[in-house]
Amino acid sequence: MQGAVREHRNMLHRLGVETVDVLNPQDLDGISGLILPGGESTTVGKLLIRYGLLTPIAEAGRAGLPIFGTCTGLILLAKHINHSRQPSLGLMNACVERNAFGRQLASFEADMPIPALGGKPFHTIFIRAPYIEKVGEEVTVLLRHEGKILFARQGNLLAAAFHPELTDDTRIHEYFLTAQTSR
Amino acid sequence: MSEVKKETGTFAVKKGLAEMLKGGVIMDVVTPEQAKIAEEAGAVAVMALERVPSDIRAQGGVARMSDPEMISGIQQAVSIPVMAKARIGHIVEARVLEALEIDFIDESEVLTPADEAHHILKSEFKAPFVCGARNLGEALRRVGEGAAMIRTKGEAGTGDVVEAVRHIRQVNSDIQRVVSASPMELMAIAKELGAPYELVVQVKALGRLPVVNFAAGGIATPADAALMMVLGCDGVFVGSGIFKSDNPAKRAKAIVEAVAHYADAKLIAEVSKGLGEAMRGQSVAQMEDREKIAGRGW
Repeated sequence: MQGAVREHRNMLHRLGVETVDVLNPQDLDGISGLILPGGESTTVGKLLIRYGLLTPIAEAGRAGLPIFGTCTGLILLAKHINHSRQPSLGLMNACVERNAFGRQLASFEADMPIPALGGKPFHTIFIRAPYIEKVGEEVTVLLRHEGKILFARQGNLLAAAFHPELTDDTRIHEYFLTAQTSR
Repeated sequence: MSEVKKETGTFAVKKGLAEMLKGGVIMDVVTPEQAKIAEEAGAVAVMALERVPSDIRAQGGVARMSDPEMISGIQQAVSIPVMAKARIGHIVEARVLEALEIDFIDESEVLTPADEAHHILKSEFKAPFVCGARNLGEALRRVGEGAAMIRTKGEAGTGDVVEAVRHIRQVNSDIQRVVSASPMELMAIAKELGAPYELVVQVKALGRLPVVNFAAGGIATPADAALMMVLGCDGVFVGSGIFKSDNPAKRAKAIVEAVAHYADAKLIAEVSKGLGEAMRGQSVAQMEDREKIAGRGW
């Protein structure tokens, strides 16, 4: 809808997955998974409400549709957003802090080891990123750094505070695809 | 995990923020109240400045970087990214904006240029920059200096979209030429465009600019904004077009929706209803060359 849609689409095409852009509720028909890309969370939240997508996506998520949220997408997945009345899907049992690292000057990239992916560390890019402060016990933490949860899974839901779509590394997208089929 | 090395201010991080703004609208605001209206309407970022381009045009005089107090006020009013303009070549204005922790600096021809020969070496800064361009050569020169985002120059403050269309058409046709050229021809094209060779090679490989490209300069209606998206822009800057119109909140919201759903003419028809009068504007075809600002910078 708004944000890094193209990069996620390219990633999925590289992995041989067909994609559709979801702009209206009818676009949700027949999809087997959904990615909520990074963008500006206030903008995306408003557009989801104006076009009647918030409720159908939340219902689909509760019914088991695999959903992967990056950055803004992570904020939208969470049940609690600190200091904000920002609309959310309220699916993942997590408390999220928006713009948690500060303004753009604090945005950073770093190699972080993510055991669930195996192999070499993942090159993470954080852009005015949020983090998860705490999670309920049904949530598996996949990456924690300096006490901040940056990558997590709850059943059919996957959330990253950083942007795997801005790298050439397809491991996280593959993880999302295999996690959904092996559930 | 304390051995993890974090790097800030890298090109990937600068370009990354621009990527997150795609499909969105960036609005010029002159007060914290306007910034809140823009955020409420769904803007992805605001551009904090003292006078919108149409006022700069009408009032004349030297246009400079805005008062830091005003910029800070806007930064405190909203949670979306805040951008601000520095004069072309004015290294210190850019450093001041960076010290204010601005999210994006626009090295802008809308302000009176401080240097007629040199643009800021933007790679030396931690803050990302956006710059105007009229063609591929100009865009790649700015990227070569470190710009993380490009916008068409258009003709700011006119409410006339014709120049923005001209500039994106030119960029697109230059890109087509690079894409269809053989590798052997690229150096000659780079020479002709006055563009760094390595970036021309990148354009051929990617089939587009190596950074995000927004539309700017003269966009006044939801249909104007959607037109720029149809022509291949990644998003839209709206300057005077919103707060110089009858109903800024409604128009701002309509433009946001038209950009997100630019291919949906029915929806654009719906959101365009009853917006009141657009900014009055000024036809570029009737302007003298010296009145135009797109010629500033090279």
